[in-house]
Amino acid sequence: MHRAFCWLLAAFLALAAPASFAADLAPLVRGLGAGSYAETEKAIAGLAETGDPAVVPVIEALQAGDLHIRKADGAVVVAKRAGNGYALTDPLTGAALGEADRNAVEKIRINNALRRTISATLGALTLMSPDANTRRQAAEAVFKSRDANALDALNTALAKETDERVRRAMTQARASVLLAGDAPDADKIAAVAVLQERGDQDARALLNGAANTGSDAVKDAATKAIASVEQRLALWGAAQNLWYGLSLGSVLLLAAIGLAVTFGVMGVINMAHGEMVMIGAYATFLVQEAFRQWAPGLFDFSILVALPVAFLVSGAVGVAIERSVIRWLYGRPLETLLATWGLSLALQQAVRSIFGPTNREVGAPSWMSGAFELGGLTITYGRLWIVVFAFLVFGALLVALRKTWFGLSIRAVTQNRSMANAMGIRTARVDALTFGLGSGIAGLAGVALSQIDNVSPNLGQGYIIDSFMVVVFGGVGNLWGTLVGALALGGVNKFLEPYAGAVLGKILVLIFIILFIQRRPRGLFALKGRAVEA
Amino acid sequence: MLTRFFLMGLDKKAGVLLTVLAVLAVAVPVMALGTAPDSPWHLSTHTVALLGKYLCFALLALSLDLVWGFVGILSLGHAAFFTLGGYAMGMYLMRQIGSRGVYGNADLPDFMVFLNWTELPWYWHGFDQFWFAAIMVMLVPGLLAFAFGWFAFRSRVTGVYLSIITQAMTFALMLAFFRNDMGLGGNNGLTDFKEILGFDVQAASTRVGLFVATVVALAAGYILASAVVASKLGKVLIAVRDAESRVRFLGYETDRYKLFAWTLSACMAGVAGALYVPQVGIINPSEFSPASSIEAVIWVAVGGRGTLAGPVLGAVLVNFGKSYFTAALPELWLFALGGLFVLVTLFLPRGILGLAAQLRDRLPARATVTAKPADQKGV
Repeated sequence: MHRAFCWLLAAFLALAAPASFAADLAPLVRGLGAGSYAETEKAIAGLAETGDPAVVPVIEALQAGDLHIRKADGAVVVAKRAGNGYALTDPLTGAALGEADRNAVEKIRINNALRRTISATLGALTLMSPDANTRRQAAEAVFKSRDANALDALNTALAKETDERVRRAMTQARASVLLAGDAPDADKIAAVAVLQERGDQDARALLNGAANTGSDAVKDAATKAIASVEQRLALWGAAQNLWYGLSLGSVLLLAAIGLAVTFGVMGVINMAHGEMVMIGAYATFLVQEAFRQWAPGLFDFSILVALPVAFLVSGAVGVAIERSVIRWLYGRPLETLLATWGLSLALQQAVRSIFGPTNREVGAPSWMSGAFELGGLTITYGRLWIVVFAFLVFGALLVALRKTWFGLSIRAVTQNRSMANAMGIRTARVDALTFGLGSGIAGLAGVALSQIDNVSPNLGQGYIIDSFMVVVFGGVGNLWGTLVGALALGGVNKFLEPYAGAVLGKILVLIFIILFIQRRPRGLFALKGRAVEA
Repeated sequence: MLTRFFLMGLDKKAGVLLTVLAVLAVAVPVMALGTAPDSPWHLSTHTVALLGKYLCFALLALSLDLVWGFVGILSLGHAAFFTLGGYAMGMYLMRQIGSRGVYGNADLPDFMVFLNWTELPWYWHGFDQFWFAAIMVMLVPGLLAFAFGWFAFRSRVTGVYLSIITQAMTFALMLAFFRNDMGLGGNNGLTDFKEILGFDVQAASTRVGLFVATVVALAAGYILASAVVASKLGKVLIAVRDAESRVRFLGYETDRYKLFAWTLSACMAGVAGALYVPQVGIINPSEFSPASSIEAVIWVAVGGRGTLAGPVLGAVLVNFGKSYFTAALPELWLFALGGLFVLVTLFLPRGILGLAAQLRDRLPARATVTAKPADQKGV
């Protein structure tokens, strides 16, 4: 009850004007400059008793040796060297107090006994901070420093702590201090158990230390704990790889899914596919610039606006390419390949001429930045959204092809062009729109990739080979194959990385695909039947 | 007998091309070494090296035409064979530096000393001998092509799929050669060459010698390719290009024919690469990039695929254009190259050399324009 009242009071005071605090603290701060070490210590204790976070910078300044007494009026000030003299600031409010000559101030001296008091006080102050995050960070700091001086403060704070997470952090910090110091075996073994529960790299390092130096009983406990921690780490490592694999797989899926339409459904080898992605990324850049210019407050929505814009721009470029070049080359896939490669060169150079060869800055909206922790995993929101987005696009495309009139026409033209034509489907228009759809999806991929990759004229080049690998591996003409192909290649790549390194891992994947094509020349999920030979 | 085999493939085009090459082989040395530096007829060492480079590309284009023009395999990985040949030659040139490197190590090239290697890796042994390097120039690309083709043709990977996996092959090689652990200079590749067969690589006379060697190699490659194409074997190759299944049903083992042409082509590309390296003075992994393979394809397309002489012409023309554009109008080069890809595929499917035939076909018989020329079917 009493504690609750204290917190309430603290919260209330924190809300009140900070000036009132400064007024209360000022006499205590002045006490720091009273003269003898004993009096300084008393003043520190007095400051610590207030439990006010505003005290922290003052004591930190004292620790750093920046705290001085102004001889003129005996005021305690923070003095930092500036030119020949000192620049003075108020230790509590941070307000500038002008400059002073070197002889006008006198440093407040501290000895080793005071230093210990100071560091314990600082630890206690931050551990007692009303803000749970600050308390947790302080506990983490103690965990890392293993500072034995903080033990008392830690015990006091632990007794008062109510927040479950902070409590855990403090218990772990206490365990780390105990294990590093010379506590009795029973305490150390209890500490080992706490660290085993924490189970991360830091805990393993601490346990390793204990396993090498402690008494036999402690060694034994530590060795067992290490085995358990390592097992846990391996498990989380696998989960981490799985997540990275999923993340890479979704990027591959995004890049390849448009290709699955143009190459898989239409049989057109579009080497300019990567440039459609690049155009989508630049469309995002332009939309963001527009937002920065006219509506900076709505910046968080710029990505949402960029999606349809990128889809339409890339799609329009795709339709233009189909109408002007590709339609003359149907049935000649190798020529299509060359012509679209030429287009990709021209598009790259066009973008380079317009936007310059350097990377363009595309910002992340606030809801896409930051990260959260899930057990031993750190997941960034950006990556999470890209995974979600990739699956959304995939689902939408699947529905579009299966359930809409347009999708029906696409499938009809793919399966039997002349019959579709006879039934009144305008095949030329369907061709153009299908190509536009594939290109537009590439544009959507560009919006997502602009968040994780450099937006430069070469953006698309980095994805074109990977996307072809995914489509060919998954099986041409099969969207599900593309999904499985992308996730499988992403996963394999990331699982190889820790053992072989990123580059060698990629080489191995390429060799694997080359060999795989030999076994199944038409991919994982090959279309069967007469349509294949046509 | 053998002479007849080699001569029967030669026709009027061949006569023109070989004459031009012979003239070059005489005129260039005379103009480069026999004239005063201020004479209008004088060719600088730089120009000689540039011409030599074009002819190396011409040989690469020729080798590509052998597989694309006559067997219908569009390789997007020929730069891999070219670069492997180049690396074999580069390794020989590296060993010739000896103790004249920056670190003065008699055995190890500079980059190995830099990486704190103490011993020469096993695959570097033998490259101090020219004959060994000369064999490797053809053997390494040949073996890779043989292994790759053996798997791919046996599993009947054709058309676009084959193109894409050749691209994957060269991409994988590029990534591999970028690694320092490969022991081939990583990013920087092999450079700073001093001597070839005891001659200073930088000297004008050596450059002229290398140029003549390139002309001879190109002429030999051309005669060999013509002979192969005109032989009975060549007829089967063309048949494979136009209707592979039918040829197989007639009892030919098409895989073997394809494998032969594919491996031969890779060896020729390797030689081109080996001649290229001492003339430009450097070889690095970016030569493996898929883009350079595709660029070689456009040389063939511009000149006219399936003509042998066309690709030689195309390679020289496109690279001359590249030298001109990248110096005078660097912004426009990629537009020009990209436009070339599109225009040639749309309007010149048979290239420059096929232009006359294309016009002949089109003018008198407009009504039958839907009948496609034979050489486009198997593509």
